Amino acid sequence: MPPTTHLPARTLSVSGLALRRGERLLFDDVGFTVEPGEILLLRGPNGAGKTSLIKCLAGFLRADAGSVVVSGQGEEERWQEDVHFLGHLSAVKARLKVGENLGIWAAINGGGGSVEAALERVGLGALFNLDAGYLSAGQTRRLALARLLVSPRPIWLLDEPTSALDKAGDRLVGALIDEHLASGGLAVAATHLELQIADTGRIRMLELGA
Amino acid sequence: MKGFFAIVGRDLRVATRIGGDALTLVLFFVMVGSIVPFAIGPDKAMLAKLAPGLTWIAAFLSILLGLDRLFRNDAEDGSLQLYKFARTPLEMVVAAKVIAHWLLTALPLIVASPVLAILLNMDMETWLRTVLSLLVGTPGLVALGAMGAAVTVSLPRGGLIAPVLILPLAIPVLIFGSSAIAGQQAVAATLFLAAISLVLLALAPFAGALALRVSEE
Repeated sequence: MPPTTHLPARTLSVSGLALRRGERLLFDDVGFTVEPGEILLLRGPNGAGKTSLIKCLAGFLRADAGSVVVSGQGEEERWQEDVHFLGHLSAVKARLKVGENLGIWAAINGGGGSVEAALERVGLGALFNLDAGYLSAGQTRRLALARLLVSPRPIWLLDEPTSALDKAGDRLVGALIDEHLASGGLAVAATHLELQIADTGRIRMLELGA
Repeated sequence: MKGFFAIVGRDLRVATRIGGDALTLVLFFVMVGSIVPFAIGPDKAMLAKLAPGLTWIAAFLSILLGLDRLFRNDAEDGSLQLYKFARTPLEMVVAAKVIAHWLLTALPLIVASPVLAILLNMDMETWLRTVLSLLVGTPGLVALGAMGAAVTVSLPRGGLIAPVLILPLAIPVLIFGSSAIAGQQAVAATLFLAAISLVLLALAPFAGALALRVSEE
């Protein structure tokens, strides 16, 4: 599936970000800018604050200091509608078919991508009519990834996108990110594994907890 | 609007495919009504007199019992987090969930009300009034419950807190609901009940969405 649509250009700028969880200062004075076509990888040991930083960017956690700015939008647009968040939970409902699950997110998020094509891309094309409760952990993860494809948006916030996936799944995530970046999107991914991104020129790193 | 109908349809489909939930509430509703004769004795005249109040108490308790499910499932599977990024506004998502919840928890009670009518020795006219008063009053009760459920969804074991929180606030619905069946001024009571329901229904999507936004942090 070649990148068909060119995504609107957005820039994510973060400056002076600090977050405290309980008594502990998790990170302090974190700043970066991610331009269209770039991916920022957040690295660091367990507990370094990778997930918390992603949640901060997504607006689930309120930072103690600093700012997160998405620029490039029109006046009336909400930044949330430019963002896809992929967290630990897959938002997949058992008792609904695989296709129904994805169709509902396509309706809620808009964007007008094809459900069949997105399922085909993540390797679930043959399971369109299966109850999503019977999917394995890895397949559920693939269904969650299909949600990002069915409504194209320029900013992806990914928290451990390859968790529960097999080798082919790892390659799939790498390929999806490559396509996303090539069509002008940007991404921030928290991961302790290597993502298999072909175009290494687009990768930037941020080491947390160092 | 596509997202709105998608959510109503999804909630209805998930619940009907799982099945048991609606039936459990209906059984609870009928059982609350049917244990009363054991407690107060088989006095038919007294039962008929108490019937409107008992029906409302049974409906009230059944709806409170089902409240926690309103947002809990979405919170557990991560959907609630993702509504934040939806093109469909959160207010509309809450409105869709309130409507689906009413169809799933209150409508079955109204359908089951003839059983209770027989058990409590209601005559035909009282039963018709009961159906009308439940139809008018339960949407308000569900709307109020949605606000309570939205406030408590972020608490790990908030299951019983929502009912306790909204029970005192729901007393007007109970008062006008039962007087719409058997009160001196049944028509006036029904109109009041309708007004309360409409106000609560108008308020619930905004209050619920606000509570969900705050509870995320």
